[in-house]
Amino acid sequence: MAADTVKAPGTAPVPAAGAERARGPRRGRGADRPTGPLRRRLATYWYAWAMIAPVVAVIAVIIGWPLVRGVYLSLTDADEANVERQIGVNKIEATYEFVGLENYSRILGDSDFWDRLGWTVVWTVACVGITFLLGLGLAVMLNRAFRGRTLYRMALILPWAIPAFVSVFAWRMLYNERNGILNGLLDKGGIDGIAWLSDPTWAKVAVIAVNVWLGVPFMLIAMLGALQSIPGEQYEAAEMDGANAWQRFWNITLPGVRSVSMTVVLLSTIWTFNMFPVIFLLTRGGPAGSTDILVTEAFRLAFVSSPRDFANSAAWGVLILLLLVLFAIGYRRALRRQGEVW
Amino acid sequence: MATVDSAHASDRSDRSDRSDRSDRSGRSGRGRPRRRGERSRRASVGLHLALLLAAVIAVFPPFWLLVTSFKPKSDTFTLSFLSDFTLDNYDHVINDTEFLTWFGNSVLIVVVTTVVGVLISATTGYALSRFRFPGMRPLMWTLLITQMFPMAVLIVPLYNLMSRYGLLNQPVALIVTYLTIAVPFCAWMMKGFFDTIPVSIDESGRVDGLSPFGTFWRLVMPLARPGLAVTGFYTFVTAWAEVAYATAFLTGETNLTLAGGLQTFVNQHTQDWHLMTAAAVLIAVPATLVFGYAQRHLQSGLTAGATKS
Repeated sequence: MAADTVKAPGTAPVPAAGAERARGPRRGRGADRPTGPLRRRLATYWYAWAMIAPVVAVIAVIIGWPLVRGVYLSLTDADEANVERQIGVNKIEATYEFVGLENYSRILGDSDFWDRLGWTVVWTVACVGITFLLGLGLAVMLNRAFRGRTLYRMALILPWAIPAFVSVFAWRMLYNERNGILNGLLDKGGIDGIAWLSDPTWAKVAVIAVNVWLGVPFMLIAMLGALQSIPGEQYEAAEMDGANAWQRFWNITLPGVRSVSMTVVLLSTIWTFNMFPVIFLLTRGGPAGSTDILVTEAFRLAFVSSPRDFANSAAWGVLILLLLVLFAIGYRRALRRQGEVW
Repeated sequence: MATVDSAHASDRSDRSDRSDRSDRSGRSGRGRPRRRGERSRRASVGLHLALLLAAVIAVFPPFWLLVTSFKPKSDTFTLSFLSDFTLDNYDHVINDTEFLTWFGNSVLIVVVTTVVGVLISATTGYALSRFRFPGMRPLMWTLLITQMFPMAVLIVPLYNLMSRYGLLNQPVALIVTYLTIAVPFCAWMMKGFFDTIPVSIDESGRVDGLSPFGTFWRLVMPLARPGLAVTGFYTFVTAWAEVAYATAFLTGETNLTLAGGLQTFVNQHTQDWHLMTAAAVLIAVPATLVFGYAQRHLQSGLTAGATKS
């Protein structure tokens, strides 16, 4: 859409004034690398640059700067005892030291990181896959007129309406090993209760189930929107040509929802990869760290374990970010190969 | 053949393809003989069963929370739906805990974050939607990548910065932190909304002598109000439900937000499930009402925001 929009917005305004105002934004990161004659570019583009200035400034100050500091911290031995901090009116100076890549080499040489990474990948793929299939399936079912449609729709998006941390506590009650309703029902059916949150395998199933429960409504709504944008004539034409239901689904519905699917799957993958509250509140990473994904582990290092290990946590954070960037680049390549532009 | 159920519109998964092919006008319309896409009775029952099962699973956990919140402490984990209906839990949560303080903290932090986030992001969304300029693609990638920033990479440096300036345990710490989440997201969403507003409107404004800023402020912003509302609402919900930063940055009972406060009922030391359920309901009900009001806009909002270009 951007291609057919107004180009070169600032041809009319006075160049000098433009140059004055455009200096600000260009300091920020992600703004520009001036290559041509500077003044002409300023005159042409100052408008756009002035408009993006606030966001660029905010990103630089509250994301860029902490990011740089985070990378620096990951190269030190900072922990609870030696960081700069303020206790009452007393200010205690930082005494941590630069240690180079030591943290990284220790983390990457330790099987703990690879275990967590493996589980994180399983967790992400399982959650996104199941959520997407359920969301698409329910959307296909809902994408027609029938009695009670609105009611079903409202019921199905309820998990989205409730803050996730509230729902997680509700699930913790259901999962409760001795008294929870799930085991209560199993008992009545004559099956032994399951240690939902204290058996490593079941705990993994439990956290995935809760995350799927939380994620389906978003998928459902997004896919419903995509389905409704497919013109009905296509189905009619296909039917005229004798396509059966499966062929119609495969050749019309799926291509029709492809573009939206790509976006929501990407978003959902990132969210799931970084999903903190479900695991932290449901199992706290337990039992014995078996459900800890990378982000909860990083959080645990810095804020739960004692002494707090800021340097290692920062190093985990940087590694997580690198993984995500690699993923995004790969995803972009895949999109390019399939002819999507940007 | 003549199924008299009220189902009409295109059915993509129905395999019983015997429907009569003569009537293919209109996609809705009741009581006619069965047309393309109508279901057999069996398929219809299957559809309703599947949806009913999904709906029950979706509704049950919050429903159970609600039911439990009216039970006395001793009956918290009984399987019965109603035993000794009581409001004691609510009474206790509101009067004997810091619940209202947490609620106030949450509202303050989230409202400020949302307003600031949406306001400063709007111009960027507009610029990205309308102009082509050097730095556009890097900026779009920056926005996209910062959206996927794990909190793990920022939480430690932000914590240390807050601690250096003595801001821990203060609302402003969380507001600044939530802006790191809100700003890239809002800018991205707003671009999607501005994309849906025809460029011809801008052009007519320019022809009538408005400056680009005037066009943006006087013509496009009013038209984008639904988009602003959805973006703001979405930011609100995200910040309202944030746990990690709130847990790490706030300690001390009166400083907590709701996400932190709810954790105080059930942890290693206490197991006040009955109070937790009452507090949870009090948190969920307003959120659900707001959501219910805004959800009709969500679908269009999401597709506008989600499908780029």
